[in-house]
Amino acid sequence: MTPGDSNILRFEDVSLHFDATVALDHVSFEMHPGQTFVVLGAAGSGKTMLLKVAVGLVRPDSGRVSLFGQEITRLREQDLFDMRARVGILFQEGGLFDSLTVAENVAYPLTNQRVLRQAILAGSSNGSGARTIEDRVRESLRFVELEETLDKFPNELSGGMRRRVGIARAVVSEPALLLYDSPTAGLDPITANTIVALILKERDLRNAATIMVTHRYQDGHLMANFRYNPNSGQVERAGGGGDVSQVSTKFLVMNEGRLVFEGTEPELQASQDAYVRKFLRVGGA
Amino acid sequence: MLNLLKPPIEAFQEFVLLGIRAFRNIFRSPHYADDIFIQMDVIGVGSLFIVSLIGLFSGIVMALQMARALTQYGAQGQVGQIVSVTLVRELGPVLTAVLVAGRNASGIASELGSMKVTEQIDAMRALGTDPIQKLVTPRLIATAVVLPLLTIISDFIGLAGGYFIATTMLGLTFSEYWTSAWQVLEYNDIAQGLLKPLVFAVIIALVGCFYGMRTSGGTQGVGRSTTSAVVSSSVWIFVLTAFITYVWNRAFAE
Repeated sequence: MTPGDSNILRFEDVSLHFDATVALDHVSFEMHPGQTFVVLGAAGSGKTMLLKVAVGLVRPDSGRVSLFGQEITRLREQDLFDMRARVGILFQEGGLFDSLTVAENVAYPLTNQRVLRQAILAGSSNGSGARTIEDRVRESLRFVELEETLDKFPNELSGGMRRRVGIARAVVSEPALLLYDSPTAGLDPITANTIVALILKERDLRNAATIMVTHRYQDGHLMANFRYNPNSGQVERAGGGGDVSQVSTKFLVMNEGRLVFEGTEPELQASQDAYVRKFLRVGGA
Repeated sequence: MLNLLKPPIEAFQEFVLLGIRAFRNIFRSPHYADDIFIQMDVIGVGSLFIVSLIGLFSGIVMALQMARALTQYGAQGQVGQIVSVTLVRELGPVLTAVLVAGRNASGIASELGSMKVTEQIDAMRALGTDPIQKLVTPRLIATAVVLPLLTIISDFIGLAGGYFIATTMLGLTFSEYWTSAWQVLEYNDIAQGLLKPLVFAVIIALVGCFYGMRTSGGTQGVGRSTTSAVVSSSVWIFVLTAFITYVWNRAFAE
């Protein structure tokens, strides 16, 4: 039993270049089950690439990436598909298929990911009353409060609604790891807070490991200090001496492909690094 | 000098790899039959009218041009032969392919390009689908099936256009025109006329997909990809028709 076995995600000295541009520069970190990572960084600092490399959508030039304890750096695309079935991703642009309806978009991972499809088929054939694809799609859309949009196309929805459908699609497979790429970018503050509340709700209901990439410090602050209370159905401030979420929320700050900070929120606030402090000021939380 | 050559060679290598993977996927599951039929409809049925129209006028123009030359030698009776051979061997396949390239290589490149810049291609991979299997292979199969069919239709309508000129301006009868047009064709010509559209179809579909899938730089990038796809596929069609004709003539020289 190596220590790597308990990792959900592990980067070891990962570097990636595009021609002359450095996307990732010797990045190393480890993520354990139940942890929340908030990745802060300016545009072009490599945040999005970090997520894409994490699920093998982009292969690094050097270094090793392990997902659920298995090294994925050299896996074939076909084998990566099965790994990715355990990961939910919200893309920066939503990544919704504009030729498919909302319901078809949300059902996509269940109908196209081999392991998920087989699990659903097995569940329905043994008559165990397992939920059908349609049940799960409805459930997922109900989770983001968009059940009435089932038959609409993504271009009929507002930016915030598209982002919520993206979240519904990311969580429909009940993945162990969720990756959110700038979920609040380009949204008004109220919609942005709704989106973060949904992310919190998904994290706390299923205790899913979550990585959120953002340039807004407020989003990270919410992730670190608030919890979803299933009894009241509300997002509330995590209190008490034990402050569980604060301990399990880590901040990573990226600058030009390098990881320049890794630590908890109090450590982030205490940092003297000028680049790191810039995010705290912009955040102004 | 080496740095100058590197990008085109790398691009060509990527193109060949895309082609190999697209062909390999024909024999691998999952098969997306729905997508193949949708693409056949878009590319085939969608192009039918314009291909027929261009076919008709190419036949008319060929007959008009040839009528003048042939009348000088009193050989206007052979207009059917000339229209038939030029259309079936060369003009039909090339004109149809260039039209379909303009219509569909651009369509494919812009559709896939938009998907690329809005991260739909990444989303597809993240959600368990191989984009080459889902997007490229169906377009390749659909184009390879419909382009030869479109070419046959275009050839035939072109011959009909020639017939119109032959009867109205040259005074040929129905059987004079069609018998000479039919008899001059050998299996060799027909085989050449069908091999070409098959090769062009592969080029149109793969070039369109290739530029679409490597799009970057937002909506401007989509525009660039679309233009490059049409220009490249059209150039390749002319280069390849010259090459195939040369090789064919060498192989079947008496």
